[in-house]
Amino acid sequence: MLALYRYDEFDRKFLEGRVAQYRDQVRRRLAGQLSEDEFRSLRLMNGLYLQLHAYMLRISIPYGTLSSAKLRGLAEVARRWDQGYGHFTTRQNIQFNWIRLEDTPDILAHLATVELHGIQTSGNSFRNITTDPFAGVASDEIEDPRPYCEIVRQWAALHPEFSFLPRKFKIAISAAGEDRAAVMIHDLGLYLRRNDQGEIGFTVAVGGGLGRTPILAQTVRDFVPRRDVLAYITACLRVYNQYGRRDNLFKSRIKILVQSLGIEKYRQEVETEFAAMGDEREALALPDEAVAAMQAQFAPPAYADAAGDKAALLAAIAAEPEFARWVERNIRPHKQPGYSIVVISLKPPGRPTGDCSATQMNAIADLADAVSAGEIRVTHDQNLVLPYVRQGALYDLWLRLGAAGLATPNIGLASDIICCPGLDYCSLAAARSIPIAQALAMHLAKREAEIGPLQIKISGCINACGHHHVGHIGILGLEKNGAESYQITVGGSDNAQAALGGIVGPAVAAHEVTATVDRLIDAYLRLRHEGEQFPDTYRRVGLAPFKEAHFVAR
Amino acid sequence: MLGHPVFKLVTGNRLRDGKVVYFAGGSTWTPTIAEARLVEDGDGAALLAEAQAGPPPHPAIAPTLIEATRDGNRVVPMTLRERIRACGPTISHYGG
Amino acid sequence: MLDRDGSFRPDAWRHLADDEAPAAGEAVTVSFKRWQAEPERWSDRTGPLGLRLPNDVPPAAFGPAATRFALIALNFPRFIDGRAYSQARLLRGRFGFKGELRAAGNVLRDQLLFMVRCGFDSFEVDADRARAEDWPQAFREFEQFYQPAADRGEPILRQRLRSWPTAAE
Repeated sequence: MLALYRYDEFDRKFLEGRVAQYRDQVRRRLAGQLSEDEFRSLRLMNGLYLQLHAYMLRISIPYGTLSSAKLRGLAEVARRWDQGYGHFTTRQNIQFNWIRLEDTPDILAHLATVELHGIQTSGNSFRNITTDPFAGVASDEIEDPRPYCEIVRQWAALHPEFSFLPRKFKIAISAAGEDRAAVMIHDLGLYLRRNDQGEIGFTVAVGGGLGRTPILAQTVRDFVPRRDVLAYITACLRVYNQYGRRDNLFKSRIKILVQSLGIEKYRQEVETEFAAMGDEREALALPDEAVAAMQAQFAPPAYADAAGDKAALLAAIAAEPEFARWVERNIRPHKQPGYSIVVISLKPPGRPTGDCSATQMNAIADLADAVSAGEIRVTHDQNLVLPYVRQGALYDLWLRLGAAGLATPNIGLASDIICCPGLDYCSLAAARSIPIAQALAMHLAKREAEIGPLQIKISGCINACGHHHVGHIGILGLEKNGAESYQITVGGSDNAQAALGGIVGPAVAAHEVTATVDRLIDAYLRLRHEGEQFPDTYRRVGLAPFKEAHFVAR
Repeated sequence: MLGHPVFKLVTGNRLRDGKVVYFAGGSTWTPTIAEARLVEDGDGAALLAEAQAGPPPHPAIAPTLIEATRDGNRVVPMTLRERIRACGPTISHYGG
Repeated sequence: MLDRDGSFRPDAWRHLADDEAPAAGEAVTVSFKRWQAEPERWSDRTGPLGLRLPNDVPPAAFGPAATRFALIALNFPRFIDGRAYSQARLLRGRFGFKGELRAAGNVLRDQLLFMVRCGFDSFEVDADRARAEDWPQAFREFEQFYQPAADRGEPILRQRLRSWPTAAE
């Protein structure tokens, strides 16, 4: 029994109807009945962008959860309608770079058969609701956030009032002590909590975002009871829809509204709206039975008694150092004794980060069926996860992953880089990002054991899809006098102690990036105390030593 | 490319498949930049108007004037972005 | 004019210029500016009165007086500017407006159903284009919606509770 949401008749009909509607919109566009201006927001509502070389289709992977059937469905898109691969993004989605408009109705019809779509992965409305890739299996979570993600997803799906917001709207939900969903950089974030009476509710934070003006989210209300959360979010959105700026594309996110009103005034507007909602609040109320019914959809698989697996695992670790290294770096602790969370690296040094071939997708789908209850997760670090692997199966899994080029033991290390597509693909980009990531990964892989955990994040333009602001080391591609140049920041962080990085010096040329990053890492290694990760050292010593390391006398 | 004269040409993305195309004159759009119609700087606006003309559905989305120079038989766009559009991504990726 | 039931009809309303006399007996709309400047001028007037509301007027300014109008026309200056959807929800919900709610401005086929779900009754459209592209069909295209809206009270999640298992199987 799959431990994820399955469509019922309503969901299927909803999606079929939208696919048919889109097919007709494409027909009208190709027949000249719709101008590009009129068609653009319609195709964006289904995730279809026009990029440098072709259309790009972004498929939503709700809260980063896939079944093996869905993953095979994505592999089929790559194989049949693209160039044999897909790219996993920093919002737990997947992108295909070489799509033809005329194929898109068939592609969406095919995806509908595996309960996938591109609805609201673009445009000025809700984007993918993202969460912890270890949801449901992490030992530090209060409750599985995914049922709530699915509830919010449905509430947000083609919402008639909020389909033409001032700008895109990204929601993240976290339910653990450690924030693995980067909530603080989202337009609206929910932290699942228990109050003193033990009731479940959410801290609602609003106004985070990166890009031109990176800002961390601020708390609007400390505790919204679970029953009221959809009504409260509605109030937050209604204020934004009315007052968010529409005159300037670069000032239209909710973070700008919260900044210009101030959090107190924004909160006041939300609370006024919420208090006046009346019948609507009741219509949106989430009774306990509704939540329980949704939670039943996400009930975990039947775990085996795997307590005895430990001995076999330890023996394999002792016998094979390479396997030991992979276990050390790519396995995470699981709430169920005898089980592990396996992170599959899509970052073999030298390859575009987050890319996955159709062959690999099918291999992972088969492995998921074999050892992970048929389920796969996507992280916002552009890696994949098998969430239910018993420890006795790890060695065999490692061998099979290795055969498919998927066993790079670098999770969380220097070569596990986050990188956007950049100027090689993206029409918004100022500079290329993938070649920078490739060169850095290949260089740093040699010393990453020594360095330890390090998050490098690279964006090809100010839109910050690579989340460079919150990288331990962040790299931003710029264009200066027709040439690519790269501005480097240090000390960012996207977890519960979220922070924005500080700029260490003037932008450098592409061929200088690796050496500059090397010097910054050297400075960190020189200065760090026992057990300190990069952000800890930065908080202790400040920007100055890194500015010094950045600078090279000419 | 000092000393090379700079020409204007029109590029867009093909409506039906998004492919990069260049205006070759008349109502023809070609994916091969060497076949693009090149004009002197001052004739750019007229070229763009010609490229944009025609009844809907227009075959190319967002026709735009760009600059290029000639290097023998090759037409070389002035900006890195347009060179990448002409030649494809500068990195290799997975196939199959 | 296009109605939410898919029929085309002539516009029964005329917009009164800001300097024109009240035109007793006629169905006229007035600008929000005029209404704000002289709200008391219309209380004795015979004939239906409508309001044309810009999309950047805060709820407190238009809400309390809404029920005095037989028609309120909301504006979509560009179809991507969705402020009037919230104005519509507020008028139908919090402010209890029961009259005709009309969509004006850049009203296109692919947004008609969103508008109906937010409580709009009628739409100012280019009738030739609307007929040629069968805009009335847009109202009948879908019956499946996830959220409660002005047109439908119960969210789908609660409706489906009746058929879902409540414990894992």
